[in-house]
Amino acid sequence: MPESKLVDNLDLDNYKYGFVDSESHVYRTKPGLDESIVREISRQKEEPDWMLQFRLKALKIYESKPMPTWGGDLSDLEATLDEIYFYVKPQEQTERSWEDVPDKIKNTFERLGIPEAEQKSLAGVGAQYESEMVYHSLKEEWASKGVIFDSIEDGLKNHPELFKEHFGKVIPIADNKFSALNAAVWSGGSFVYIPKGVHLDTPLQAYFRVNQEKMGQFERTLIIVEEGAHATYVEGCTAPVYSTDSFHSGVIEIVVKKDARFRYTTIQNWSNNMYNLVTQRAVVQENATMEWLDGNLGSKLTMKYPSCYLVGKGAHGSIMSIAYAGPGQHQDTGGKVVHAAENTTSSIISKSISKEDGRSTYRGLCKVHEGAKGSRSNVECDALLINDTSRTDTYPYIEVDEKQANVGHEATVSKVGDEQLFYLKNRGLSEEEAMGLVVRGFLEPIAKELPLEYAVELNRLIEMEMEGSVG
Amino acid sequence: MSNAPALDIRGLSAKVADEETSILKSLDLALNPGEIHAIMGPNGSGKSTLAKVLAGHPGYQVTGGEALYLGQSLLDMEPDERALAGVFMAFQYPVEIPGVSIANFLRTALQARLGRGEELDLFDFQDQLLEAMKLLEVDPSFAERPVNDGFSGGEKKRNEILQMAVLKPSLAILDETDSGLDIDALQVVSNGVNTLHKENPEMTILLITHYQRLLDYIKPDFVHVMVDGKIVRTGGPELALELEKQGYVNWKPSS
Repeated sequence: MPESKLVDNLDLDNYKYGFVDSESHVYRTKPGLDESIVREISRQKEEPDWMLQFRLKALKIYESKPMPTWGGDLSDLEATLDEIYFYVKPQEQTERSWEDVPDKIKNTFERLGIPEAEQKSLAGVGAQYESEMVYHSLKEEWASKGVIFDSIEDGLKNHPELFKEHFGKVIPIADNKFSALNAAVWSGGSFVYIPKGVHLDTPLQAYFRVNQEKMGQFERTLIIVEEGAHATYVEGCTAPVYSTDSFHSGVIEIVVKKDARFRYTTIQNWSNNMYNLVTQRAVVQENATMEWLDGNLGSKLTMKYPSCYLVGKGAHGSIMSIAYAGPGQHQDTGGKVVHAAENTTSSIISKSISKEDGRSTYRGLCKVHEGAKGSRSNVECDALLINDTSRTDTYPYIEVDEKQANVGHEATVSKVGDEQLFYLKNRGLSEEEAMGLVVRGFLEPIAKELPLEYAVELNRLIEMEMEGSVG
Repeated sequence: MSNAPALDIRGLSAKVADEETSILKSLDLALNPGEIHAIMGPNGSGKSTLAKVLAGHPGYQVTGGEALYLGQSLLDMEPDERALAGVFMAFQYPVEIPGVSIANFLRTALQARLGRGEELDLFDFQDQLLEAMKLLEVDPSFAERPVNDGFSGGEKKRNEILQMAVLKPSLAILDETDSGLDIDALQVVSNGVNTLHKENPEMTILLITHYQRLLDYIKPDFVHVMVDGKIVRTGGPELALELEKQGYVNWKPSS
């Protein structure tokens, strides 16, 4: 198949979320970042002084930390960061009613199918456009039980004590350069509180959309799941395709208390000009369960390692991830589990697919502290390579300081086999259909965990990406 | 066209793609529609190569001759085009496709046989699949298992004939379908093939086997002996019995 067909058919042209709306903001900062911008963001949000001080401190830490060199290629990022807008305010406030969202923004989200999804099967929906949540709603049924699902800004305004107790505690400012950056310029994201014993039987869902060219999106989400509560949170991310790079750097902090159960699902399908550097961490208390389900399909470079700090006896953490690295993409993903209490258990299952010169990296840490007796962890990472030029690397770090612990690691790399393709073709499947079937089968153990509409989306994407995948 | 043989192989020569030595050496063979032919021969005679070349395996290169399927040149077609035209090969070593259920796989394969915009009737499909599973004496849950993944040798071979039952080829090439089967499984699989042939008497079958045993269950119209890339003798079912007694030793080429 000629090279040009690959280029024409894939990624850019077929990225169905790549449409652009005309710019519509009520305020934006000048490009680049300095102290005045941090102060302006805080002023725009009418924040208490402690938050301004938090931001200013974070800016200093951000500036003092070198650009990390251990992961993906960030050499062009410095220049990008001088040009991007760190804060773009699309409208004056977060609306509770879909009707009140400005038409232009509403149309964007309608094209992405958001209001429909809400009616069907969600407990609550949030939608972020540029730097702010433009819409946030929660079904009355749950609000009356004390569930809070707000924009992070409203969380700070309306629940200041609860907010301050946890904000920046799960992921300290200085955790890494990008958590510090986010702490300085954060804007948008969700504040979620699930009261003791409440079981949400349908998910909360948040959508993140970047429309502005040269935009930086820095959402910050704080989720507190009280004792014995159950809930699921789903986020989806898209952006238009621009010739210049954009930047997304979120921080997600989650506290899962005793006997609680929480699942956080992400399907990021950013356009291929997006740097996506995200820090996600959950603190998991006694006999609680935290599950990360992480789908990384888009972006230019993603560096993201959802983590579970198992701090209570019998806590369980699970990280399941899918990464797809198409042409020009690098998915540097994995997970991190820290066993800090007895009888804690964890499992990491990571599956990656690399196509053409796409590159996937599994990077994971499993740490068992001394005294975490009876802890068990199992890590399984499987990589599938589509072409000879595709690349995958595995960096599993294992640190075990406790003798009575059991840590397993298994990694496989496979290539879509000629015999597999021949077998499927012999039953009448075209090369593309055969390739798509093998890839879908490879992802099946994780795909089956996804909410239906995301599973369908994943299948559609794979079909599209497999067109012309075989030279 | 109606008088064309189901398969007409003329002077077919082939080799492994990146090697020099020929495996098939100007082989001739003709099968009329509805006939059952068996090719027997010692290990290394080129039987399985013939099956793979007819199915279009990319690891082999045709160096001469032709193979006409109902008058069309098979060798010019891609493997999937051959399948869509009605050629099926039951693999000697069926391939594992982890994470893909048999039902999903067969649905995709049947969908591929329909034109653009046509949708497979899922109720019909379900019926066909259940019927095929009954024929092969497997539990209905079989269709939910990933294709050949973790299957025993016998299950893999049943799965091949199950696919044949659903895909309904007009030319079926069974490459050592009897190998690795115990006597019970051999009976089930043979009964499956016989039933399919009874249902569709126009279906042409080429059995490739090392042992006479299979031919106790599936009665061929013709038996061919293949040695060193050529058919060296053709006869009726009695030829298989003769071979069983004498072995292939008399057929070694005198070099």
